[in-house]
Amino acid sequence: MNFSNFFLSFPEMSKEGLRLFKKTLDGAYRNFSREYGDTIEAVFDPVLYFLVWFEKILQNSPWPLVIVAFLLLIYYGSRSISLTISSLFAFLLIGYFGMWDDTMSTVSIIGVCTIMSIGLGIPIGILMSGSDRARAVVTPILDVMQTMPSFVYLIPVVMLLGIGKIPGLLAVIIYAIPPIIRLTDLGIREVNKEVLEAADAFGANRMQKLFRVQLPLALPTIFAGINQTIMMALAMVVIASMIGVKGLGQPVLKAITNQYFTMGLLNGLAIVALAIIFDRVSQSFGKRMQQYRAGTNE
Amino acid sequence: MSEVKIKIENLYKIFGSRSKELTQKVKEGVNKEELLSKYNHVLGLDDICLDIKEHSIQVVMGLSGSGKSTLIRHINRLIEPTEGTVAVDGVDITQLSKADLLEFRRNKTGMVFQRFALFPHQNILDNVQFGLSIKNLDKNDSEDKALYWIDKVGLNGFENKFPNQLSGGMQQRVGLARALATDPDILLMDEAFSALDPLIRTDMQDQLLDLQQNLNKTIMFITHDLDEALKLGDRIAILNGGKLVQDGHAEEILLNPADEYVTNFVKDVNRIKVLKIKTILNKDGKSNETGPSVKINESIENCLPIILESNSDINVLDEGNNFVGIVSKENVAAILRKS
Repeated sequence: MNFSNFFLSFPEMSKEGLRLFKKTLDGAYRNFSREYGDTIEAVFDPVLYFLVWFEKILQNSPWPLVIVAFLLLIYYGSRSISLTISSLFAFLLIGYFGMWDDTMSTVSIIGVCTIMSIGLGIPIGILMSGSDRARAVVTPILDVMQTMPSFVYLIPVVMLLGIGKIPGLLAVIIYAIPPIIRLTDLGIREVNKEVLEAADAFGANRMQKLFRVQLPLALPTIFAGINQTIMMALAMVVIASMIGVKGLGQPVLKAITNQYFTMGLLNGLAIVALAIIFDRVSQSFGKRMQQYRAGTNE
Repeated sequence: MSEVKIKIENLYKIFGSRSKELTQKVKEGVNKEELLSKYNHVLGLDDICLDIKEHSIQVVMGLSGSGKSTLIRHINRLIEPTEGTVAVDGVDITQLSKADLLEFRRNKTGMVFQRFALFPHQNILDNVQFGLSIKNLDKNDSEDKALYWIDKVGLNGFENKFPNQLSGGMQQRVGLARALATDPDILLMDEAFSALDPLIRTDMQDQLLDLQQNLNKTIMFITHDLDEALKLGDRIAILNGGKLVQDGHAEEILLNPADEYVTNFVKDVNRIKVLKIKTILNKDGKSNETGPSVKINESIENCLPIILESNSDINVLDEGNNFVGIVSKENVAAILRKS
């Protein structure tokens, strides 16, 4: 009888044991975060200052100046008049519907996240491309980062750092950094072996090969990664607002809980507009960088 | 005679993780096929010994898989040997430290690749400058040098183009200029003209010979094309299955092939085009006062009309127009009949 029981219901851990297991782990982590939470928070202080400073500049400068600066950047990136004009209308509508400050908050956090993702992701990608062992270690971590529901890793982040901008920033980076790492690795690995051999034959050392041959040739792929990273960071804005990140996410969250349909729609559309602008600019910038491949560069 | 520039001695290369221990088996007579089927290792080079003289063009020839591309990559150690030595100017480069190896590659060798291997993201000027910029030379200086070589290979005005805007032949001229720009003693050319179409290939061969007249580099030229080998090579080495089967002048290869493999290689060659009058020279012949004359270093083919039209023997003159012997129709017939 015992024997058939064994096959019918899974031989589980005892309820007591499981509770003890959870309690021990939670307790250990709580102690850890009490002990080191402040230290770790201090580490992120410079990032916080930078984020706040950037947000202040965007919010406190006269809005026409900010729009002109954005339009110049958009034109420089895309070389497209139509995109620049569409962006102008988008910004004017966003401002007219009272979403200017929130939009500036979102732009600033996306900007900081993107800069940090590039700063961390490209070196990690370079490391991965140079060593199969590093790749074997990093790849499963990236898989976890991309598939683990964001709420799950938000719990320890909030426990450690509380509610605010930094935990939000971390959550966004964790979610958005994998594509740039993966595509840096891929881009460098895809560089033609014969071209690398030529660099070797002329006596290029590792750094010369990396900066003169591998990175320039991987740049279009890396740029596709940056584009993906920006898109994913924007997608995280609403979730990040749940742990206190200001911006377009908060009104959306409010609209969800209170069933304000129009408010949700307007803020949602503002996020979409930002996404489209970021996407088009970074894509056409990336495309221009590989013009030599098509042979159209004069 | 000129000095030996590159001395390759007992060079072995086996690809695979157990290469060191399997070298012994190869020395005991295990051949390429056996090594692959029994031990799953690829035999790249099998006991290669080859002296390459300074200022000469040494052609290395063989079918694909014969090890010729592996061999050329041992000269600048793009491939590490399993055993043996490669000495350049008396220095064994297989023992160089990493830093010395980089210096060696930067200063002593230039390489031209079968599929050009230009840097697609750099314009022609930067491509040609690559070797110089690696050495961190003065920028104006290296630019002048690069422009000089771009001019030399006939690509004036293309400095700002990108490689894929150029035809294959032009791209390989860039490859050649890039290799020459650092002024290396040794030029390594790995099937450099094989990817070009026949007319352009002939053109490039002529240009290389032309350049070599003034440059006097030591050139190692890999090819699978016998006509190319005969045209360019001062000496021709033939590889088969990683083994060196013959090394000699064009005439030696044509007239005394070492084995069946070489015989098969040379059987379709138009001999009278390759061989010179001196191979069929009859030194004992008497000067024919009124008869026509030919030069000793001309190809037989070029002299054929004169030889065929004449009913008597033909005088052969050396470079100083001194009489050295005679040739006749019979001599030509004999060389054609020999197989």
